[in-house]
Amino acid sequence: MSEHEHHHHDEHAQSKPPSALELRVRALEALLTEKGYIDPAALDILIDAYETKIGPRNGAQVVARAWCDPQFRRWLLDDATAAIASMGFTGRQGEHMVAVENTPEVHNMVVCTLCSCYPWSVLGLPPTWYKSAPYRARAVKDPRGVLKEFGVELPESTRIRIWDSTAEVRYLVLPQRPHQTEHLSERELANLVTRDSMIGTGLPNLA
Amino acid sequence: MTYRSHADLGGQDVRGAIVPEPEGEIFHAPWEPRVMALVVAMGPTGMSNIDMNRSVRETLPNYRDLSYYEIWLAALEKLALQKGLLGRSPPPPKQVLRAETVLGVIKKGFPALRPTTRPARFSIGDRVRTAAVQPPHHTRLPGYARGKVGVIERIHGAHVFPDTNARELGESPQWLYTVAFDAQELWGEAGRSQRSRISVDAFEPYLEAA
Repeated sequence: MSEHEHHHHDEHAQSKPPSALELRVRALEALLTEKGYIDPAALDILIDAYETKIGPRNGAQVVARAWCDPQFRRWLLDDATAAIASMGFTGRQGEHMVAVENTPEVHNMVVCTLCSCYPWSVLGLPPTWYKSAPYRARAVKDPRGVLKEFGVELPESTRIRIWDSTAEVRYLVLPQRPHQTEHLSERELANLVTRDSMIGTGLPNLA
Repeated sequence: MTYRSHADLGGQDVRGAIVPEPEGEIFHAPWEPRVMALVVAMGPTGMSNIDMNRSVRETLPNYRDLSYYEIWLAALEKLALQKGLLGRSPPPPKQVLRAETVLGVIKKGFPALRPTTRPARFSIGDRVRTAAVQPPHHTRLPGYARGKVGVIERIHGAHVFPDTNARELGESPQWLYTVAFDAQELWGEAGRSQRSRISVDAFEPYLEAA
């Protein structure tokens, strides 16, 4: 592979020499490109999409709409895949969506104990902690302890419902709408919706 | 041959803090986005399928020592070698993602739902017991949910069966259910104070009537 083909790496490069991992990745990409499996230009577009277009602001828009539009909320809870697709959010790791609604009685929390399954189409790429051994180990056994680590304390009377994503169904938590937000627009409401509140390890911001 | 997954972590005694992360922090090293994109782009080439990928990842002997993108990289290297992609006569790719087509392909996704003529064996509300024995191959019933009694809560249609698909034995679609358990059923007395219910998505062959 000639030097100029490395340009997309160099954009990220710092002044220090590339790490062993960086070199391994470059070598693999160069080989797969040479053998005709990979088009590096497509990789650039993919990275840009997951850095700037496909992320938790998509899910936040879905949640805000469900808070504002009772019909949409019903649709989302009945057929999340279709309801979410109507907003243009479809595709890889969001092919089969289920939305689960928090209420004063039940708090939902999502995990993938076997790997790192996560609804990419609405939340983007998973955060490091979601993929980490401590979260995957403890979310199913000690959810109240995990929530405490995230600074979330629920009333004793609230039951917790954990969804372990062990197949190709992906879960989106519909958090409770914060109080005193009646005056806010859908767009303003979306700004209150945090990524963690859609995984169930957080709550929406207060207005 | 024995099969050992190092990824079945639910309920295990794992030390270490869970470290929250700001929303905009997507990658932590310059090579990570490249690995993510490589793995996504290799999907349509037909080198492997998602279940083979997971199987290769979870059986990496040093799985627990690697970061997640390191796991993805090691598994991709291993599969590329195993499948002869780096050799003299690599198998032709089924589809190569190009700059013009990549976003369309990603937006279409890769659904796992398949048509079936077999009726579902279980209905919502049925009590089921999960298989107790871990098969010697890739499977998606976590250890903590083996040999436990739960209730069918949702039915998702027939999906590609990871147990066969991971071994290149075909998709053999199976009905997929959400099965919910009381914390006490899974964790005994320790589960009582959690006041929680836990569900897994389980394929029909993992279940029997209880």
